[in-house]
Amino acid sequence: MIPAAFDYRRATSIDDALAALAGGDAKVIAGGMSLLPLMKLRLAQPSMLIDIGRLEELKGSRATADGGWEVGALTTYTEALEATELDFTRECILGIGDVQVRNRGTVGGSISHADPASDLPALLLALDYSAVLRSTRGDRTVPLDGFFEGAFQTGIAPDEILVKLVRGPLAASAKGSYLKMAHPASGYSIVGVCAVVASSGGAVSHARIGITGVGEVAYRAKAVESALLGSDGSPSAVAAAAAHAADGQTVNSDIYADRDYRSKMAEVYTRRAIDAALGR
Amino acid sequence: MTDVLDAPATTPLGQPIKRTEDPRFITGEGRYLDDIKLQSMTHLAILRSPYAHANIRSIDTSAAKSMPGVHAVFVGADIPYNPLPMAWPAGGSAGITNNINTPRVLATDSVKWTGEGVAAVVAETPEQALDALEAIDVDWEPLPAVVDSEAAIKDGAPQLHENAPNNIVFEWSVGDKDGTAAAIEGAEVVVTQRLVNQRLIPNPMETRGDIGWYNPGTDEYTVWMSSQTPHIQRLLLAAFVTGIPEHKIRCISPDVGGAFGTKIFTYADMPLVMFASKAIGGRPVKWVEGRRENYQSTIHGRDHITYVEIAGKRDGEVTGVRVKTYANLGGRLSTIGPGIPTTLYARVLSGCYKIPNVYAEVTGVYTNTVFVDAYRGAGRPEATYVIERAMDLFAAEIGMDRAEVRRRNFIPKDQFPYENPSGLGTASGGAKIYIDSGDYEPAMDKALGMVDYAALAAQKADARDRGKLLGVGLSTYIEVCGVAPSKWIGAVGEGWGAAMWESANIRVHLTGKVVVTVGTQPQGQGHETTYAQVVAAELGVPMEDVIVQHSDTLGTPFGYGSYGSRTSSVGMTAAIKAADKIKDKARRYAAHMLEASPDDIEIDGAEYRVKGSPDRKKTFQEIAFALDLAFDAPEGMEPYLDETAYYDTPNCTWPFGTHIATVEIDEETGVVDLVRYVAVDDVGNKINPMIVDGQLHGGIAQGVGQALWEGAVYSDDGQLLTGSMMDYVLPRAAMLPNFELDQTVTPSPVNPLGVKGVGEAGAIASTAAVANAVVDALSAYGIRHLDMPYTPQKLWSAIQSAKGGQA
Repeated sequence: MIPAAFDYRRATSIDDALAALAGGDAKVIAGGMSLLPLMKLRLAQPSMLIDIGRLEELKGSRATADGGWEVGALTTYTEALEATELDFTRECILGIGDVQVRNRGTVGGSISHADPASDLPALLLALDYSAVLRSTRGDRTVPLDGFFEGAFQTGIAPDEILVKLVRGPLAASAKGSYLKMAHPASGYSIVGVCAVVASSGGAVSHARIGITGVGEVAYRAKAVESALLGSDGSPSAVAAAAAHAADGQTVNSDIYADRDYRSKMAEVYTRRAIDAALGR
Repeated sequence: MTDVLDAPATTPLGQPIKRTEDPRFITGEGRYLDDIKLQSMTHLAILRSPYAHANIRSIDTSAAKSMPGVHAVFVGADIPYNPLPMAWPAGGSAGITNNINTPRVLATDSVKWTGEGVAAVVAETPEQALDALEAIDVDWEPLPAVVDSEAAIKDGAPQLHENAPNNIVFEWSVGDKDGTAAAIEGAEVVVTQRLVNQRLIPNPMETRGDIGWYNPGTDEYTVWMSSQTPHIQRLLLAAFVTGIPEHKIRCISPDVGGAFGTKIFTYADMPLVMFASKAIGGRPVKWVEGRRENYQSTIHGRDHITYVEIAGKRDGEVTGVRVKTYANLGGRLSTIGPGIPTTLYARVLSGCYKIPNVYAEVTGVYTNTVFVDAYRGAGRPEATYVIERAMDLFAAEIGMDRAEVRRRNFIPKDQFPYENPSGLGTASGGAKIYIDSGDYEPAMDKALGMVDYAALAAQKADARDRGKLLGVGLSTYIEVCGVAPSKWIGAVGEGWGAAMWESANIRVHLTGKVVVTVGTQPQGQGHETTYAQVVAAELGVPMEDVIVQHSDTLGTPFGYGSYGSRTSSVGMTAAIKAADKIKDKARRYAAHMLEASPDDIEIDGAEYRVKGSPDRKKTFQEIAFALDLAFDAPEGMEPYLDETAYYDTPNCTWPFGTHIATVEIDEETGVVDLVRYVAVDDVGNKINPMIVDGQLHGGIAQGVGQALWEGAVYSDDGQLLTGSMMDYVLPRAAMLPNFELDQTVTPSPVNPLGVKGVGEAGAIASTAAVANAVVDALSAYGIRHLDMPYTPQKLWSAIQSAKGGQA
């Protein structure tokens, strides 16, 4: 549990970090809750760490002018928990790691690391977040839907750093829930589902379903969303929609939960999450 | 739950006093192995096999030797020591063949499990040692592996050892084979079941570690080790492994952060750090085990496959039990591996029941896995699991209530001492032991009352309305503790190659302060508190005037260490005997001081008074002061109060009780929730009820862990898939309900305290209770058995199958 030797550079500004990143085989480290364990096991052996952990400009979350919300990449889970007014965001964050991990781990770190069983990607997908990426070439904003390209792989280019996550205003009268079946040892999601739904005039008018732990990456269950949209949101309609939870996914399989079981649980937890969001 | 006291009321004995060692543990002032930093200390790291089964063609260490900070690199051939000892072959030499293969300090020709050590680096820093490991080049010849005990004994299975055909370590049996066969053949009802008691990884909070220091000036070795048995390790390292004379080795266990049995044994790293220190000229060499390393280099527990047949009458009487057990002992044998699934398992297989015919066959098997040895309970949890599951299976078969079947078969309380038919009394060439006491019904009735067992049907119906399957499980366990009479355990028929007595020395200094040194070795049990309670009560001195010292072969009398729930019953009886000697001498000296006959001196706490003249008295402290100065000692009396006592128990102790678990299963997901846990334990008298509760809490949690979560999983080619705490599921506080504890008290008749031991009781009882509860819940679907651990997928799949595949 001792990492291989590496160089260490504490960035003094984002520009400083971006300049260092251009230098080659370096990894950006923030809270270190995901990267350090891999390094201690020598599964990751970067030649240099660029520590962005003290860049105040990347910290904190706030309302945006358009009524949306933005979260700085260096915002810790605990800070995000304290800032949010969404009860399902609280549920989601409280299920991540433990107090120490939540005090160190950052929102940007989780999204950049892109563990296929992390909870935040499902939450942020269901809330229509986008990632703001910066490089010496400038900023670009990339929707999270499509951002996760594979296990531990994202659309972040080698010379880019994730600086913040942004979303527009919530859909009118939207409610949400986050439910997970956690692996009892690691705490990671076997299945984690975030449902954000709104109803209008007796019909479901908005539906976003983010699912983690099930597929190769966290994803939006669009077949569930479209089945739900316009339906009456009755238990049977929700159950019918939830049956599509794993549609199109190559479902994960391991010694704790095999493909069939995990697929079935994706359905069950999706149904329960939607029901909970609808107030059942 | 017991109230807790900061300080004793009148006598400290029996009081729930806070543990005196806890302030240092809680504040980070404990001194564990890795806290020890010696002048000029170096660091050792071990290269471990990535293959479960492979030949070593060659090892190239040249690159590693030239790495920065590296002092030496060793391979097996460099080390002239013997293989590690086998201290407890099955059945000793009483007609049982044991095909013994134990690990070498480093493997020489081949490896038998993923994680077996093949080379070692000594370097200036731990980082340099680890870096150099990566530069060692081993030319491996991978071989086919086998990890399952039933697969390993089949024709055509990969063979691990030339001297162990079909990978069989031993074939051992106990009980009346013909009588049991006749009972089963003629029975009204016979139920058979295959039961898997899965492999567990013990996980003490502190991993193991050693520091070896060879002193070139004196030609002596000091070995710090995170061990339960420093005295035994000195003996075994000297006599069997290194050839270094015993008096040239000193073993020290510093504070030990949990062990659960794993630190009883001789491990390859112990002689390795001794050898390495001498090889580099006498600088100390430290090795500290990493957690992932611990999963592959420290023993595992359990791993039985058992076929049980239980026979009886439709009126509930059980007339026979027959088992065939395959015990997976790993790639090579740990120090007492074969003794656990034989003596400590099959000889108590009939539990607290009066079953006239019992027969057990046990086959020890080599597989390409980590070695298996004693883990909390050691054989007795496995036996309890078999008999308690079997009683439930039998009850279900005849349609009788599970509690009533148990009641029908309990050993009646007027039939003690009871010689059970599964072999306690059949040791060949040695002494018999007996179940000496018990009263099983009151404990069961109390527990049944606590869970309102009569209302179980209503509880199940209520749960079903919420989409949950509720189940209740009983475990009316018995335990053999306080191991053991030397003339029994050391006899040929049992094969343990040593005695099992304990020792204590008490010295009373001039200032009246009392120093107790003992041969036992705490690992977190609170011995510094409980020994002090016992000795303070015996001598009538304040507890804070007593200090308890242990763990160093220099300065403590020889002892066999702490395991088998033996410290209170065996070790503390030795302390009482030493205190008796102290009091006897103090009485004689008081008589001299008071010019009276010793027979006329009466002792009341710390006061030694002349009978009939209560004003003529001396305090214990006055006597100690005067006897230490010895200006006025009578003719023939030696100065000083300093007495040592040794105690060999005449029998083991026999705790028992009833544990009842209540679970709810989410039908749709298979997730189990342990909603209630009730335990009524009879551990005899209690020295410190708070510590007893703590031991029960920890033991219950571990046993629940086996039922619901834990299980070491190997791939077919011998890779440990549950290789870290991210994969291997340990119980955590938030996963457990509050435990509801109660008691009955049947003092043990074999020791003056009337104590029985409680270190293992919780772990022995709780696994079966939870298993029985889960199966009871699943009985709604006609399921009569399911192997542990009860993962959500396993339960969900069982429910789906029972429904006919309809989701």
